[in-house]
Amino acid sequence: MSTAHSKAAEKFLKNSQQAEWHNETLWMVRAKRDKLSKQVPEWEELRNNAEALKLYSSSHWVELLTEFEKNAIANGAVVHWAKDAQEYREIVYQLLSERNVKNFVKSKSMLSEECELDDYLIERGIDTVETDLGECILQLMKLPPSHIVLPAIHIKREQVGELFEEKLNTEKGNFDPTYLTHQARKYLRQIFLNADASMTGGNFAVASTGEVVVCTNEGNADMGTAATDFHIAAFGLDKIVPDRESLGVFTRLLARSATGQPITSYTAHYSKPKKNGEFHIIIVDNGRSEILGNEEHRKVLNCIRCGACMNTCPVYRRSGGYSYSYFIPGPIGINLGMAHAPNKHAGNLSACSLCLSCSMVCPAKVDLGEQIYKWRQKLDELGESNTTKKILSKGMKLVMDNPALFNAALWAAPMVNKMPRFMVYNKLNAWGEGRDLPQFASESFNSMWKRNKVQLNDNKKDNE
Amino acid sequence: MKIGLFIPCYVNAIFPQVGVASYQLLKKLGLDVDYPIDQTCCGQPMANAGFEDEAKKLAMRFESQFEKYDYIVGPSASCVSFVKENYPRVLKKEKHLCESIGKIYDICEFIHDVVKPNSLNASFPHKVSIHNSCHGVRELFLSTPSEMNIPYNNKLRNLLNLVNDIEIFEPKHIDECCGFGGMFAVEEQAVSTAMGRDKVKDHMSTGAEYITGADGSCMMHMKGVIDREKWPIKTIHVVEILNSEG
Repeated sequence: MSTAHSKAAEKFLKNSQQAEWHNETLWMVRAKRDKLSKQVPEWEELRNNAEALKLYSSSHWVELLTEFEKNAIANGAVVHWAKDAQEYREIVYQLLSERNVKNFVKSKSMLSEECELDDYLIERGIDTVETDLGECILQLMKLPPSHIVLPAIHIKREQVGELFEEKLNTEKGNFDPTYLTHQARKYLRQIFLNADASMTGGNFAVASTGEVVVCTNEGNADMGTAATDFHIAAFGLDKIVPDRESLGVFTRLLARSATGQPITSYTAHYSKPKKNGEFHIIIVDNGRSEILGNEEHRKVLNCIRCGACMNTCPVYRRSGGYSYSYFIPGPIGINLGMAHAPNKHAGNLSACSLCLSCSMVCPAKVDLGEQIYKWRQKLDELGESNTTKKILSKGMKLVMDNPALFNAALWAAPMVNKMPRFMVYNKLNAWGEGRDLPQFASESFNSMWKRNKVQLNDNKKDNE
Repeated sequence: MKIGLFIPCYVNAIFPQVGVASYQLLKKLGLDVDYPIDQTCCGQPMANAGFEDEAKKLAMRFESQFEKYDYIVGPSASCVSFVKENYPRVLKKEKHLCESIGKIYDICEFIHDVVKPNSLNASFPHKVSIHNSCHGVRELFLSTPSEMNIPYNNKLRNLLNLVNDIEIFEPKHIDECCGFGGMFAVEEQAVSTAMGRDKVKDHMSTGAEYITGADGSCMMHMKGVIDREKWPIKTIHVVEILNSEG
């Protein structure tokens, strides 16, 4: 009855020390988020406002995005529209190749991961470097991110040290984080200085001003855009917010939810090109308008990519980012994967105990757990339901629909208690791998009630 | 007021003493309680596994079983919240307006919010750690979800405070999931077991002798871990404590 996720999770948990560390480290981030969010008395009101603003924005994409475009053009930017990943990649490549760009620096953009931009450009001869430290480490390791805010959270400093020894010629055996960070900084500084063009994503796009807002902690986005005269910013349709006032709601929620900081170290508003430079904006759909048309699931478009749902998710913390098939893991990744390509990512749906902590932690009130429940109801229709689970559910229904059968089962159940251990605990019993089975009571409540034992007990007490 | 006692399938088969304690406790509080026989299951196990439609007939049966009662009260927060959250939608497909949602309560919620006793004449001279179960917390608000920024309240703690000689604790991860989740426990057995072990260890670190809560299914899961590991802690439904002899 295992799924793609459960198999990968089992493998992840085999290294129990690493798994425990992963769980505890991400819980610390959740705890930091709790502390910071509790310092804002109007936190729940902010969440309500964020939810309302996102729902408003999603239902006014046409108006807000055209307003954004008009203002961005007036600021001197060039605006492009991409209907899918292919168009997005082609636009970026065309812009770069027309200007003969060879060295391209990027700050973190989950959209570029979604559209698999880096490999596309590198294959075409453009040296594309990720400059966010976590992303940079992963690019050197040729690995994808395992978390959307803390992409290299699963990598230990010893591994980084060894990687840098090989790639950056650092001192052998020096795994001191400060030393390693300085070495990365030295390496990246040269890359920035040699860059011909830069790219950022966009955390928010403000319709009333035509600005793209980028929130980072390392300042690498600002380094890239300062070092080059040619800047491309790309964002998905769902990043649009009406105005600066509404932007304030989100910037107050984002860093507190993501990392437990009051605000990111840098919040850059990009609106116009540098003197003699160029500023291009790409607005990408890539399936978003289709999600908007899906009434049960459109609320995933509220997501501001803070990662709080991952940090709180007891399953994500104990299974790691790579146990999910979609490039975004955790509760939001399960949902976005299903919204984009259900048959490809149905194997992630098991990764949820429906504890609903994700729905409660989400700053934009995406009903993440509830949506996972809804997706599960579609599995059969999608041809992705598990046969054992289906038989179990149908069998259970048969018994439960019929009180006589249920009572017979209640009567027979205690016999399982007496079965030899090898018959109960074997490969067919997934529960029994790490836990003992519950013991059935020698007499069920139904039987006790029918034989007046429940009531008698009570009368006896009354008489005492 | 007439109360229909709702005894979920697993309580019936595995924890009948919780059903007995529930009945006795409500009686002690001077209430008119009855048990409509021929109850089976609310349908949550099938629905959470992705087969909500299998719950349609069960929901219809549930409605007719409890039609004549003013309140439906059950000792399982998760089953109660399943009825509350999902029956209206399930029954809509049958063109039936769900009547249960307005009158169904978890037994602790019912005693705390409706009966509001000042004393219980109960005693439990032990250290207990409260298991704040997911659906009890995040759907029924038996305690304030730790994710939210509103003043903390815990209805189970408030009720347990009425019990004499008891010492009450709560784990560090105050409302983290124990990893049961119905079919999740077998489909994701490795993660589920890891969650169960972590949760029990967290309860043990309080020094408690018992884990207690409003959801027997979580208790059943944690007991599975405890029995396998032979750890020195026991589980008990909160109703059994509230019903203990003063």
